[in-house]
Amino acid sequence: MNAIAEKVKLFDCRDAFTETLEALATEDTNVVAVCNDSVGSSKLTGFRDRFPERLINVGIAEQTLVGVGAGLANGGKIPFVCGAACFLTGRSLEQIKADVAYSNTNVKLIGISSGMAYGELGPTHHSTEDFAWLRAIPNIAVVAPCDNVETAAAVAFAAAFEGPIFLRLSRVGVPQLLPDGHTFELGKANLLRDGSDVTLIANGTLTHRALKAAELLAAKGIEARVLNMASVRPIDEQAIIKAAKETGAILTCEEHTIFGGLGSAVAEVVVDHAPVPMKRLGVPGTFPPTGSANFLLDEFGMSPDGIATTATALVQRKS
Amino acid sequence: MDTQDLRRLANAIRRRDLQAVFEAGAGHIGGEMSVIDILTALYFHVLRVDPENPQDPTRDRFVLSKGHTACALYVVLAEKGFIPKDEIKTFLKPHSRLNGHPNRTKVPGVETNTGPLGHGLPVAVGMALAAKLDNASWRTFVVTGDGEMQEGSNWEAIASAAQYKLDNLTLIIDHNRLQQGARLAETNNLAPFPPKLEPFGWAVEEIDGHDMDQIVAALSPEKVVPGKPRCIVAHTNKGNGISFMSDNVAWHHKVPNAEQYKQAMAELEEANQ
Repeated sequence: MNAIAEKVKLFDCRDAFTETLEALATEDTNVVAVCNDSVGSSKLTGFRDRFPERLINVGIAEQTLVGVGAGLANGGKIPFVCGAACFLTGRSLEQIKADVAYSNTNVKLIGISSGMAYGELGPTHHSTEDFAWLRAIPNIAVVAPCDNVETAAAVAFAAAFEGPIFLRLSRVGVPQLLPDGHTFELGKANLLRDGSDVTLIANGTLTHRALKAAELLAAKGIEARVLNMASVRPIDEQAIIKAAKETGAILTCEEHTIFGGLGSAVAEVVVDHAPVPMKRLGVPGTFPPTGSANFLLDEFGMSPDGIATTATALVQRKS
Repeated sequence: MDTQDLRRLANAIRRRDLQAVFEAGAGHIGGEMSVIDILTALYFHVLRVDPENPQDPTRDRFVLSKGHTACALYVVLAEKGFIPKDEIKTFLKPHSRLNGHPNRTKVPGVETNTGPLGHGLPVAVGMALAAKLDNASWRTFVVTGDGEMQEGSNWEAIASAAQYKLDNLTLIIDHNRLQQGARLAETNNLAPFPPKLEPFGWAVEEIDGHDMDQIVAALSPEKVVPGKPRCIVAHTNKGNGISFMSDNVAWHHKVPNAEQYKQAMAELEEANQ
């Protein structure tokens, strides 16, 4: 199965983001893009060429980047505020809290190259805390699409959604997992594969890895359910409770620290409603060594083999 | 409203603010006394805002970036009719929508939630950009403290405002020379402001921030310099109008006792004669 998967076309989800954004901007003159000198890395060159006045580049100034977004929203615009996720969230966290979430402004934060997408550039450029930081702030939706189709759907959703939302995008290639025409629903998980022995919950770049792991597990006679949980907040409590009750064990996988992210969010639901054995895979609370995103995910036990191995051990913990 | 009426109204607002802080047992009275003349001129002479339609898309925008002086803003908004005057007595009370910093989701007339310093100017730059994108004539005004200008985010926004030639944006620096713990000059002295702002491409004017004629003149649309954002450095006194508070660093957020309250009120009433 791995050999076949290697030949599958991989998508840079930034392309789906900008194609959708340009289509939205064509329909609605209130759609604007705001960036921090990140025209190229946010793939906004096409947007700039088509809508030069509607691309606002504040320069390398993330606090002003987010503040300007809030002001544009106050003036009736629908700002897509784009920047490398590590700087967008880390450098301007207080602006996200006060100007966007607490002020309830209609700002769309687009975290580009999230997780460990910048790989070898090192932990300064990794964004493996953003779920935790933003989940701790009230009134902002947090979404990590798993592929090109879900990215496009989530961007369209964000434009129509009234209120603060953070979309966490990668630049690392992923295969298409969801069907063309897929509609994004905030707070709803997608059942990608059913199973009764264990549930793998993942989002972003981990969803396709979890699906591959499920294939490896099936070969060993373990039927794994796979839930794509793009929406970290609000989170699909019902799908998590159902998975806990029906499969008896949950393994989460994320390109994020295991402290405060998807795994923590799932664990909070499990603890409150349906305690079952769980394991959280992610960045284990250390600054990663040098390596590409895919290398580091493997390194931290999130290769399909690694996920399958952890899932197998988890199944053995079920009483 | 002419400047004589504005002076009388500002005096009434000072008295109401003093009473509110005294009764609440908390507040930022020093900075409120320094900014009240500016707020009065803005709301009763300059801003095109309508309490009956607080979300009118064509309204002028005002941002009180020094959000800790919220009580002064609440009193002004009540005088203007955005909230009931009677509500001022709930300031800082449990579940009051009038907490220590303004909240746009609860208080009509507030445009953005401030409190952490250095937030208002970047947001105001975004507002001014929105008006430019629409070729709209509404203007954006923001008041910061002078100590607040130590926040780096302001200088990011100052550079961006000049880059985008936001001549529909006016920054008023409430230059009372005192920050929470000490004088600006003893802390991180950004004064004088004009030689810092002008090279960024801003049009800067210095005024007496307690002289209503000067405030009104400085805020006139005729003063707009095409292509340049505008800064009014308003020289003010923290605690202005109350002798023992004026220019006294102790009164950043000190609350007067009953005797001090009586004296302060008497001084303000006398000034109103």
